[in-house]
Amino acid sequence: MSAEIGTGATAGAIGTRRTPAVPKWVMLAVVWAILIAVPYWLPLLGGYTALAGRVLVFGLAAMGLNLLLGFTGVLSFGHAAYFGLGAYGAGLTLRYLAHSTPLAMLLGTLLGGLAGTLFGLLIVRRRGVYFAMCTIAFGQLWYYLAYSWNDFTGGFDGLRDFHREPIGFGPLTLDITDGGNKFYFFLLAVFALAVGLMGLLVRSPFGHTLRAIRENERRARFLAIPVERQIWLSFSISCFFTALAGTLYALLNNFADPLALHYSLSGYLVVMCVMGGMRTFWGPLVGAAVFVVLQDYISSMTVNWMSFVGAIFVIVVLFFPRGLLGMRRTRKSV
Amino acid sequence: MLEVRNITKRFGNLVAVKDVSMSVRPGELRAIIGPNGAGKTTFFNMISGYFPPTKGSILFQGKDVTHVPAHLRVGLGMGRTFQITEVFPELTVHENVLTAAEVAARQTLHMLPNRADAKLANDVAAEMLALVGLGAKADRLVGELSHGDQRTTEIAMALAQLPRLLLLDEPTAGMGDQETYEITTLIRRLHKERNYTIVLIEHDMRVVFHLADYITVLDQGGLLAEGRPDEIAASEAVQAAYLGESQ
Repeated sequence: MSAEIGTGATAGAIGTRRTPAVPKWVMLAVVWAILIAVPYWLPLLGGYTALAGRVLVFGLAAMGLNLLLGFTGVLSFGHAAYFGLGAYGAGLTLRYLAHSTPLAMLLGTLLGGLAGTLFGLLIVRRRGVYFAMCTIAFGQLWYYLAYSWNDFTGGFDGLRDFHREPIGFGPLTLDITDGGNKFYFFLLAVFALAVGLMGLLVRSPFGHTLRAIRENERRARFLAIPVERQIWLSFSISCFFTALAGTLYALLNNFADPLALHYSLSGYLVVMCVMGGMRTFWGPLVGAAVFVVLQDYISSMTVNWMSFVGAIFVIVVLFFPRGLLGMRRTRKSV
Repeated sequence: MLEVRNITKRFGNLVAVKDVSMSVRPGELRAIIGPNGAGKTTFFNMISGYFPPTKGSILFQGKDVTHVPAHLRVGLGMGRTFQITEVFPELTVHENVLTAAEVAARQTLHMLPNRADAKLANDVAAEMLALVGLGAKADRLVGELSHGDQRTTEIAMALAQLPRLLLLDEPTAGMGDQETYEITTLIRRLHKERNYTIVLIEHDMRVVFHLADYITVLDQGGLLAEGRPDEIAASEAVQAAYLGESQ
């Protein structure tokens, strides 16, 4: 699956005029066919549909992060903050405000996205390690807030006592409350919309300026690209997508826990991007799939699952320095 | 077009450029030469806005740009290339030039691709690539190209921003004879056929005397001579400065 995703989609994400060996639309059709058919083939391999839901959620979060990491060349080690804020925003909305899934998603996404937008303003002039350190520190702030505000957030035990609600479309109602295929398809639809938007974004003139900043910031500046403003926007947009993924996480589990805000999750998201291939559009999804499936499989055998995931990460980085999908993208001359 | 009035640049106690003036007319090709350490690069950096002069002023098309930073001068119509090649190596030639065209067309906030934007920028990019003769290599990664082609890509990027004045910082730096010949031919064509106003720094005297309408000679931070190539070639002061360097 992973290898197939690579060819068509990555070339498109970079916006080249080069024609890949297999037409792009064929590859995209294959990718989406695989994702849509998950409930039918995954059980045959011993998986379960909720696992695929987790892959989509973390895949979306990692792809959101990758707008910043892979497409702008700026490292954030604090994206769990926006993921977690999205999750808590959605959970708190459902618990205290209204029994509306769309409203919960909207408010959660706004909470995480706007927090990122405001914080981004403060750190946009920092670079490299300094930028990454700032993002970690800011992320941990929310973690401790959720951790210690017992009455409101449930503290260490997490936020419970809420659950996703059926969604009404006029006379029709989409009941996503059980854990079945309907909820998976709902996740997939949101994922598809978000990813479609990202795909347009990286192909736009705005996306091209981000790519230019990644390649050579000094040159980008002299091209009259407003580098700070573009990085800020990239950071903000990236936070919105990751926050959206966070709201889905809360809906998936009917639960939001402080670990969704913890910097270790920020690290996992970066690992997903790097492992899958951060210079590719679909890489983070592949990274998330590998990560989530490994975590699920190994953690059923040992609590030290991270040692194994870590070892596999090291192997991938050594043998596929550009990530699993990055291998497909050796953009040789025609 | 470009008026430099009595500019001076001090770095601490060092006076890198002292009291130099220069006036460039539209359509002119001006070369700035001088022995090593003459202050050429400092002078050039003030024109392009890399840093402001300590004293004096710079006018571009009648507008005072003395303290306008480099990236804003691009929007006013000053395009430049760099002494050290500055490109986006992992993008194709076309993508490099396209990005420059998109920025010049003020599309940096356009977050959804659309036909009108794409056509505008693609047309400019294609025109400039054809103009510099890189059309056939448009889909190659810039990092894979020869040094000469990379520098030519840089020129195409500057042109894609539709400048009225082109500033070239040692366009033939690090090039072999063949590449030097090709880039010289290109600059000459831009100047003669397209009527670009060009200011360049150059070490290679063959190139300078082949291209320039007027030459400004700097020595030890000051203006040593200014004139047509034949006048400069005949100038004893200039010869002395260069001979002084070689001894």
